[in-house]
Amino acid sequence: MGSEKPAVPYSSVDLDWAEGHTIESLKAESTQPIPDPVAWIDEEIKRNVLVSSVDYVIDWARRSSMFPAGFGLACCAMEMVATGTARFDLSRFGMEVFRASPRQADLMIVSGTVTWKMAPSVKLIYEQMAEPKWVLAMGSCAISGGTFREYYSVVPGVNRIIPVDIYVPGCPPRPDALLDGIIKLHHKVSKISIAKRH
Amino acid sequence: MTTLLSAQNVSKELMARFPDMVVESSGSAVLVKSQALLEVAAFLKATPGLDLDYLTLMTVVDYLDYFEVVYLLTSLQHNHSLTLKTRLFDRDNPSLASVVGLWKGADYQEREVYDMFGIKFVGHPNLKRLFLWEGFQGYPMRKDYL
Repeated sequence: MGSEKPAVPYSSVDLDWAEGHTIESLKAESTQPIPDPVAWIDEEIKRNVLVSSVDYVIDWARRSSMFPAGFGLACCAMEMVATGTARFDLSRFGMEVFRASPRQADLMIVSGTVTWKMAPSVKLIYEQMAEPKWVLAMGSCAISGGTFREYYSVVPGVNRIIPVDIYVPGCPPRPDALLDGIIKLHHKVSKISIAKRH
Repeated sequence: MTTLLSAQNVSKELMARFPDMVVESSGSAVLVKSQALLEVAAFLKATPGLDLDYLTLMTVVDYLDYFEVVYLLTSLQHNHSLTLKTRLFDRDNPSLASVVGLWKGADYQEREVYDMFGIKFVGHPNLKRLFLWEGFQGYPMRKDYL
């Protein structure tokens, strides 16, 4: 962990410098394009492995018990919680279990504004989730920064720090909109092949 | 309900004790010179009849010509409140005496002000950034930021 003294030192604690360094380097990285995680699978394997019904079963299993990480950032989290209640009933899709540990979760719902100070934690939670994993950016702030996109403290879109699968617009999106996004994600998952991931 | 103290009455007491340090008083707000802030604050807290022993909030307003530091004080014993203000004219290196020794609640609020406006609080036990990270340039809550 780099902890060199910043130009304007405020704190004498190494931990504070390390945090500042992490955030600044994350900010610098965020302008780079996101690398393709499955680029290492070469064309030879893609053309020579045949799977058919296995895909169907695996995708059915993946989309039928997709556990979200219990992870609320801002006001969108209220709508996310409402989606889990009896009125909107997320458990229809086998998703009512909001896991407290990212290691047990498959879906990360980024519900709300991501600040630069929070960004290392968001990235850490994403990295702690086991593959296969999906990310849903909920609301204008998570998609592009929304109202706060030019602020000093806000990440202009969570896709700057982690790859996003589904964007659900709204400020905040109603639970119906979130459900629609989740169903679209299920359709997306059902097209995934274990031989070739898209 | 909390009643507002008359600033005129309080400033009369203050002027008797600290000559030339009270700049103005209106409504329930007393404006004092920044070098006398700590003494005035200690006086307001300790004087029987005033007993302003609780700091409701503390904040700063940037008027470009000067920073106005605002303390909203309340007495839990008498259930009355008073606003104490002071002005800092040095924009490049503003500093003020810390009131953490009088009201513990000022700790985080002074750190926030330090973080957002760059005002240094002399005598603060742990003056470092609260919201922003190490290495952040500038003071985002100042009017001339961006």
